[in-house]
Amino acid sequence: MDFHQLWTIFSTPDNVPIVLLLFVVPFYTWYAFRQAFANDRLIGQLEADPALAKTSHRKTQAWKPGWTKEVHVWPYLLRIEFLAAIIVTVILMVWSITLNAPLEEPANPTLTMNPAKAPWYFLGLQEMLVYFDPWMAGVVFPSLIIIGLMVIPYIDTNPLGNGYYTFKQRKFSILTFIFGFIVLWVSMIVIGTIIRGPGWMWFWPGVTWDHNRLIFEVNRDLPDLFGIKGRIGKLIFGAIVMGIYFVGAWIGMHKLITRTPFNRKIYSRMSLLQYSVMQVFLILMLLLPVKMLLRLVFRIKYVWITPWFNI
Amino acid sequence: MAETDGKNGAPPAAGTPAGSNGNGKNGKGKVTALLEGGKVVRERAAEELKALKQPEKTDLWKSVLRVKHDETPRSRALGVLSNVFLHLHPAKINRDAVAYKYTWGMGGMTFYVYITLVFTGTLLMFYYHPSKVVAFRDILYLEHDVPFGKLLRNMHRWGAHLMVIMVELHMFRVFLTGSYKPPRQFNWVVGVLLLVLTLLLSFTGYLLPDDQLGFWAVTVGTNMARATPLLGNDGPFGHLLGMTPFNDVRFGLLGGSIVDANALLRAYIWHCVAIPIIASTFMVVHFWRVRKDGGISGPAPVMLESEIKEPRKL
Repeated sequence: MDFHQLWTIFSTPDNVPIVLLLFVVPFYTWYAFRQAFANDRLIGQLEADPALAKTSHRKTQAWKPGWTKEVHVWPYLLRIEFLAAIIVTVILMVWSITLNAPLEEPANPTLTMNPAKAPWYFLGLQEMLVYFDPWMAGVVFPSLIIIGLMVIPYIDTNPLGNGYYTFKQRKFSILTFIFGFIVLWVSMIVIGTIIRGPGWMWFWPGVTWDHNRLIFEVNRDLPDLFGIKGRIGKLIFGAIVMGIYFVGAWIGMHKLITRTPFNRKIYSRMSLLQYSVMQVFLILMLLLPVKMLLRLVFRIKYVWITPWFNI
Repeated sequence: MAETDGKNGAPPAAGTPAGSNGNGKNGKGKVTALLEGGKVVRERAAEELKALKQPEKTDLWKSVLRVKHDETPRSRALGVLSNVFLHLHPAKINRDAVAYKYTWGMGGMTFYVYITLVFTGTLLMFYYHPSKVVAFRDILYLEHDVPFGKLLRNMHRWGAHLMVIMVELHMFRVFLTGSYKPPRQFNWVVGVLLLVLTLLLSFTGYLLPDDQLGFWAVTVGTNMARATPLLGNDGPFGHLLGMTPFNDVRFGLLGGSIVDANALLRAYIWHCVAIPIIASTFMVVHFWRVRKDGGISGPAPVMLESEIKEPRKL
């Protein structure tokens, strides 16, 4: 256990945001889910008692008859905004006084940094470079993430859970988002910051970053494992494997989407276009963990080899 | 005050008969009149000072703030609605929405951090030349010789990190509360664009100190652009469109085939001028749409499964 190495990683000023993320993301997840479960209990009560549902004000917040539904922005909101501004200023000031922004040597194209890391918020993309070629990891996937986020409101046909925390009423969408945001995005940033060392090699926390370390790991291509040699053979084989993946993932996702009666109800509200767009984005998102597994566990580099691109 | 002084002081002086009487008597009358005049001025001053204890009643106050300062609901509403800085707020909001636990205040705090970034960034621009020769030296100068220069740079850097974290948490909250659902779908799209712009702002700023960290981060980042399908010289099908290192999308981003002086200048202009303008424009739209779509989404009363209405058929 090399505590000095750990300390070097955690105390690098540019890594402080990730250390912050390690605390802040779990905290807010817990904070949101606590409210979601409280609302879910209320929903359960109201569903069991239709008479109560008619009279209840339907919030977990305290309520007394005679209270107005709305309050004046001046002063009830503005004072909070003012306070928030002061607190943020203080945090930023303290942070800036205690920690200095990093400044390395002057830029030198002849001296490569090892590891050369992107800013922390792009480490997820950089980590993807391990699993995909740059055109996928650097261009296609970022575009898909942006477009995929944009289409969310247009493919989510579930009318429930608009304006309040809930888990019970939106299990599928919330789990999908948490998978994308926390499991993929945040954890890949954490891997990229804490675990990836020189040569972008995997160093478990506490292992010294050895610049001379070599890993003898033969990366294989899937067609080679099946003894397929020719270019055309590899092209066709890869296309078949990708086709099987797409069909299999489509069927699996469909099973998931239509698993419960409630899910089927939401599914019946979707147009064919909405459903197909959702499927395509889900399958492409799933491609990342599948490829991670293939690469990290089975040391498979490419599945589909063509003269123009490799996946 | 000088005017009132003259006004009150003058009549007694003018009222005394023109100096034909005895010298001593006349002099004494003048002194008494002066003293009396002074007393009147003092009283007036005391009276006006007393009025100043309620500054909100003065004409000056009214001319600036336009609205009467009293505790009537009308004045409170107008105080927000007729103020250019506050008018993006509604006059009244949902009682439960002011509690921290629903919104986490992330959107508003992101905007505030953006303002501090614009402020510190503008100050930093006074000390920085986007030129390969002096850029790095400017940073050293800023850190060691400019008063509070180090604090300024630190605040700008950490503020940028804070903004990225806050934008992501804001998005997380908006998703978990289902706030992107109708009628707010489009504002979510604007929000995604703002997330991208925030990341780009942060990234373009990374190169500006012209140190190893920024240089290699931007080298790694723009090397990916080389691999863009169709538009990059190294990407799938790129050569079919005649892409070379000297005309592809990476060349456009860097203003050259390597990360050098032109790249620094481009990063500077994107970072300090272009993206802030684009991002500010989208922010205006974002805030405008928050209001137009009915204010913040909740906390709304919970809806039950049995209350789902049949979707409208096309």
